[in-house]
Amino acid sequence: MKKFNIEIAVGLFLVLSFLCFAYISVKLGNLNLFGNPTYQVVARFESISGLKVGANIEIAGVKVGRVAAIHLDQNDYEAVVNLEINNKTRIQEDSIASIRSAGIIGDKYVSISPGGSDDYLKAGDEITETESAINIEELISKYIFEKD
Amino acid sequence: MDSEIVIELINVEKSFGSQKVLDRVNLQVRRGTTLVIVGASGQGKSVILKHMLGLVRPDAGQVKVFDKDIANCSKSELKEVRKSFGVLFQNVALFDSMTVYDNIALPLRERTHLSEAEIRANVEEKLAMMDLDKAGNKFPAQISGGMQKRVGLARALVLDPSIVFFDEPTTGLDVNKSNEIYRLFYKTQAQLGYTAVIVSHDVPKIFKLSDHVALLANKQIQGCLTPEEFQLSDNPHIRSFVETTMGPIYSSEREESSFYEKV
Amino acid sequence: MVILKSVMLKLLEKLGYESLYLLEVTGRMGIFLFSCLGRVLAPPYKLNPIIRQIHFIGSRSVFVILFTGTFTGMVLALQGYYTLRKFGSEGLLGSAVALSLLRELGPVLTALMVIGRAGSAITAEVGIMRNSEQIDALECMAIDPYKYLIAPKFVAGLIAMPLLTFIFDVVGIFGGWAVGVGLLDINQGTFFQSMYKAVAWQDINMGIIKALIFGLLMIWICSVKGYFLHLDRSGGFGAEGVSRTTTSAVVLSSVSILVWDYLISAIML
Repeated sequence: MKKFNIEIAVGLFLVLSFLCFAYISVKLGNLNLFGNPTYQVVARFESISGLKVGANIEIAGVKVGRVAAIHLDQNDYEAVVNLEINNKTRIQEDSIASIRSAGIIGDKYVSISPGGSDDYLKAGDEITETESAINIEELISKYIFEKD
Repeated sequence: MDSEIVIELINVEKSFGSQKVLDRVNLQVRRGTTLVIVGASGQGKSVILKHMLGLVRPDAGQVKVFDKDIANCSKSELKEVRKSFGVLFQNVALFDSMTVYDNIALPLRERTHLSEAEIRANVEEKLAMMDLDKAGNKFPAQISGGMQKRVGLARALVLDPSIVFFDEPTTGLDVNKSNEIYRLFYKTQAQLGYTAVIVSHDVPKIFKLSDHVALLANKQIQGCLTPEEFQLSDNPHIRSFVETTMGPIYSSEREESSFYEKV
Repeated sequence: MVILKSVMLKLLEKLGYESLYLLEVTGRMGIFLFSCLGRVLAPPYKLNPIIRQIHFIGSRSVFVILFTGTFTGMVLALQGYYTLRKFGSEGLLGSAVALSLLRELGPVLTALMVIGRAGSAITAEVGIMRNSEQIDALECMAIDPYKYLIAPKFVAGLIAMPLLTFIFDVVGIFGGWAVGVGLLDINQGTFFQSMYKAVAWQDINMGIIKALIFGLLMIWICSVKGYFLHLDRSGGFGAEGVSRTTTSAVVLSSVSILVWDYLISAIML
């Protein structure tokens, strides 16, 4: 009887903690456990200043995926960004990927503006049309210097 | 005197810090016999026992158990040798967080592959042998000192060891209880035929149980003799030990001779 | 001059003696750790003692962890709110609470609580067994005390510590939610969205790694202190020896957990 109680207590402890772990990993760690399959496309940017892995990808302000990986192409010094897009969302070949900020000091995200093509990107394809991040300091200085 | 030697100490030396406790100690224990080590308190009787158990390693010399020098062997070899040991510690050293039953069952559970039913049969047999039938579910702290000693003895004997060590088996017990321990010792040795090494200062009662008596005095073993020889020895250390421990009772020539006749 | 020389010599001698003693203790602890980890991997594997230890270290700590976790999350939200408000970014409260819990406070506070509850008990238990010759008795019965006594504690510690940390993190987050959303009137969506967006796998990983290392440290220090009680220089005898050793085990393991917390953070960030 005594051993039985120990086992129940241990069982409860294990179940409780695994539930907590599941919450942390699925909700907070964005672990893709249940369906929601995705495909990856690539985009090259001159500059991505401030974009982070895990940042949102939006079309018309609606989240359609997240940034899976970022690395530097050593040959032409461009940033190569892997975009993880939900399977349900199709992206036209001539879409434009641009890096935007949410507010002036907010997080960076990738915005995709739709094109007009009838062909859609498949996994591993590249979005050729890209717009780099807007450098706010550059914009401000340009504005100031053009005044006078 | 004819059976083979199972434990042999050869020139064992041991110091704790700057204090020398054992100085070239030589001792032999023969199969199936009972050796009693006597000596005044604080002379290092328990230290000799700890050497035999491999708990303490000597600074110099050899401790041979079944012809293996356990003073200079690997841990796994020592473990192998200890499988034939049973020990009753001075303070019994029962596992106080376990019941009496679990204490006795522990060596069986950890060292054998017996089923729980076989273990139960074995433990209950040992409990009955020690008159502990009703104490199985109690914890060591809930039973008397004499019962604790009996549990310790049951635990020491549960794996049918070939050598059993007793460190002061009757310390802290009244005459009745210590007689009971001796009776159980006598009974179990007759039944199981183990070799026994007893450290005690319960003189002269302990002489009745022993085949050989060794006195530890002045850091050395002063002769390893039969009880009769021991009491008649003219070694000055033994002489003075016999006189101080038994002197007042057997003071006159007449009484002394009558005692020897009885033994 | 002569006096000065003798004083210097005494000092040097003392220094040498101290460093030798320290080396010896370190070596002993290292050998202990490796022997125990070796025994963990060596057969036979017995589940029952491990379950008993998980019960002792894990299950029985759950209540304390629930309690401390909730209040830690609540106070984080309260403090964070008034700091973030100065920058007009109360919306980030969720991420602030979640990140501090996952990366720092969850593992550290869980470890400190478990040291107080279970670590001290381990030292006392092993120390008393050493003092009353129970460990010698095990050895003489040819039962390996490392395997029988200590190895299950290591396994249980390594399992229970991360799991308790998860519990701490989650109740902490909901404690923060209760204060942030319930009391300070932050929008519930904002709270959780900022949290979901800010937390990445590497934050969770850091928490898990910390919890594993803390679990190992706690079991190691607390059991080695009890196991070698009799070799303690200040005398590990009797009830006072056990109590002193327990105190020093708790202090040493708490301090080393904070030191290692810094080291792991510095390496992983």
